[in-house]
This record gives sequence, structure tokens and C-alpha cells, in this order.
Amino acid sequence: MTTIVEATGLTKRYGKVTAVDDATFAVRAGTITGLLGRNGAGKTTLMHLITGQEFATSGSIALLGESPVENAGVLQHTCFIKESQRYPDDFKPKHVFATAPRFFANWDSAFARELINEFRLPVDRRIKKLSRGQLSSVGVIVGLASRAPLTIFDEPYLGLDAVARQTFYDRLLADYAEHPRTVILSTHLIDEVADLLEHAIVVDSGRVIIDSSVDALRADAATIAGPASVVDQATRSLTVLHREALGGFVSVTVTNVSDDDRRAARDAGLEVSAVSLQQLIIRQTGGAPDHHTHSTLTEEASR
Amino acid sequence: MDDGRPIFLQIAEQIENQIIDGTYGEGGQVPSINEFAAFHRINPATALKGITMLVDTGVLYKRRGIGMFVADGARDRLLAERRERFGTEFVRPLVAEARALGLTTDQLTEMIRKEAP
Repeated sequence: MTTIVEATGLTKRYGKVTAVDDATFAVRAGTITGLLGRNGAGKTTLMHLITGQEFATSGSIALLGESPVENAGVLQHTCFIKESQRYPDDFKPKHVFATAPRFFANWDSAFARELINEFRLPVDRRIKKLSRGQLSSVGVIVGLASRAPLTIFDEPYLGLDAVARQTFYDRLLADYAEHPRTVILSTHLIDEVADLLEHAIVVDSGRVIIDSSVDALRADAATIAGPASVVDQATRSLTVLHREALGGFVSVTVTNVSDDDRRAARDAGLEVSAVSLQQLIIRQTGGAPDHHTHSTLTEEASR
Repeated sequence: MDDGRPIFLQIAEQIENQIIDGTYGEGGQVPSINEFAAFHRINPATALKGITMLVDTGVLYKRRGIGMFVADGARDRLLAERRERFGTEFVRPLVAEARALGLTTDQLTEMIRKEAP
């Protein structure tokens, strides 16, 4: 498999803040790859680096084998849909769609028209007057209809309701199946997109902490629950991410779980269940957004 | 689609189930990878992996440029496999639960007779 994006020791500092910290990863061509992580984890900075809108402080980034900075040759194969895309003041959506073919060689205007209908986008209204959701759908339509070899969506759904988001996911999947290309989807709505992703890159505090196929991640993790002594015995040799206790009953989230481990746990009368990608990432990026920040560490220490 | 195992395994198992229940007859065509992907809202690569697994085990076969078909004898082979696994997957947990509730083997047998005379 060829890679379309390759980062090696990529680092970006703004003064004292390290937004991207020694990131090494590759995005395989032809995949839908999720770029996941909490707000402020460094996702957007990474996407700016990938598309040459920022200089790396150190390390390297290659897009189609070349540095993307001021490199029109590789950037013309890229469509980057930003969360906060700005348009000229008097622009209407129809102007955006009319100029798009100049930027995107594969632009499909019939497909764009279909999407405009589906998203019920008023193309003749000034962009300034659009609702947040309508503004997002402009970006989504451009991203889909551009059919760029590398399409990057940065939180593309702000203000989109559940129906419109589902339309986006369905259209993305169907069009990707017909016109294979590379899609990077940056999002914190992990549960919604988990099944669309082939690969996940998870960033936390600027560092890449997971770079794995989604299948492997799911196969690798489980929650095992039952009487404390039995669970602890069964999970002795596994990596414990999280442990919750209720009296003598515990529920432990573990990784590095093999099929044999699962079977052994079931045979011991324990309950073995799935960990969603979202749960797994929450466990690995420092717990729930509130006060559980150090739960992993403290639980590990108390064992 | 979510019981903890990789999705491609669940896809493969669902197709097997539909071969067993006759939804897909032997020699008949199964939906395309893109159709499976769209229906289950999953990545086409995942659907492909599930189908490839069934091709590797001889349940499905590929006709280039046309699609995927159910192999002859696939249903019988799947049934035989499932019957073999029935003991460990269904009977064993049943017995374990019966023990936990203090039911004797005789009582359990009696209950099974009642359900399936």
C-alpha cells in the first residue's frame, strides 16, 4: 500500500506551546482515516501542516512524497474543508460552486447539484446570512463533489443536525466506494464515524498515541466484568486501561486481549463485552473530560 | 452491528446465517461489497475483508466482473460447523448458568424436554 501523507518527527511550536509533538505517522492512500482526539489535542495544526499552511518547527511532512509548503503541484490534489472556512463578503453558495471547478480537476457539478438538493441549501443567499448548519453544508458539498485524491474534513458538521450528518456519512461512503480516494476525517464525534473508518490516528496533547487499523483496535480491547478476584486473575497479564469497582464487582477495560483470553474469561463465568472506539479513546486520552483526568494512572497505581 | 468482535467477522457471520436460513441460495448471487458497505454503513474495506474471509473458506466464490456467489454444498458445511460449535457456544454456558442457579442435570434435562418435546 502506498502512503499519501507521511510525517516523521513532526513538531510545531507556537512560542512555549507545543501543538504537535514529535508526530510520526503515515496515511495510506485509498483509506478513510480518522484523525481523532480531544479539542486542543493538535488535530487542526496537524491538518495545517499536512496541507502546507504552516511550517513545521522540526521534523518533516510529505504529501504525495513532497513537501506541501507552497507546492501547488501536490496541493492541487488536495481539498481541505476547514471548520472555519471564510468566503469573500458578497459570496453566495452558487459562486463557491461556480469557482470550484477551477480548483478541483475532478469536480462533479451534477453530483454537487444533487447534494445541494439533499442538504436543502439556498444557493442564492449571501453566505453571511446562512445559518451555521447551512455554512457547514457548503463545505461538505465542496469536499464531496471535489473528489480530490486527498480530501480532508476538519470537524465539517458544526451546526448540522443529525439528519444532515447522516446524509453526509451516507454520501461519503457511497461516493468513496464508487470513486476510491483518500479521506481524512477529523472529528470528536467518534461513535458516529467509527464504522466508516478503516484507520484511526489518535492525538493527545500533540502526540500521536494511536496509529492503528480500527479492526485491530476493536479486536484488541474488551471490558471484562465480574467478581473482583476472578477478574483480576483473568486480566493479570493484560494491559489495564481502566478499572471500576462496585462493592466486590469490578469492570476492567483491557487491551492486548487475544481470543484465548476472551474464552478463558467467559469460561471463568465473567462477562466479556465490546469497547467502542469512543470508549477506548476516552480511556487512552485521559478519561472523561471532567474530573477523571488521572483515572488511568491512579487505577494502575492502586493495583 | 456491534457485539465486540471485529465488524468484518460479524459481516461474514451474518452472510453465513443468511445462507443457513436460505436467504441466499446455493449458486445464487450475494450483494456487492459496496451494497453491504452502504447497508451497514461501514467502510467498504471492512465489508471486503468479511467477504474475502468467506471466499477463503470456500463459502462464496468470485466470478470475475460479475460478483460473488454461494458455493455448492456451502449450507451443509456451515450447518455441520455450527452443530459442532453448538456444544461449547450454547450448551456449556447453559449448563454453567443452571449450576449457578442450583438446578440439577435432571431438572435441566426436564426443562429442555418441556421446551422441545
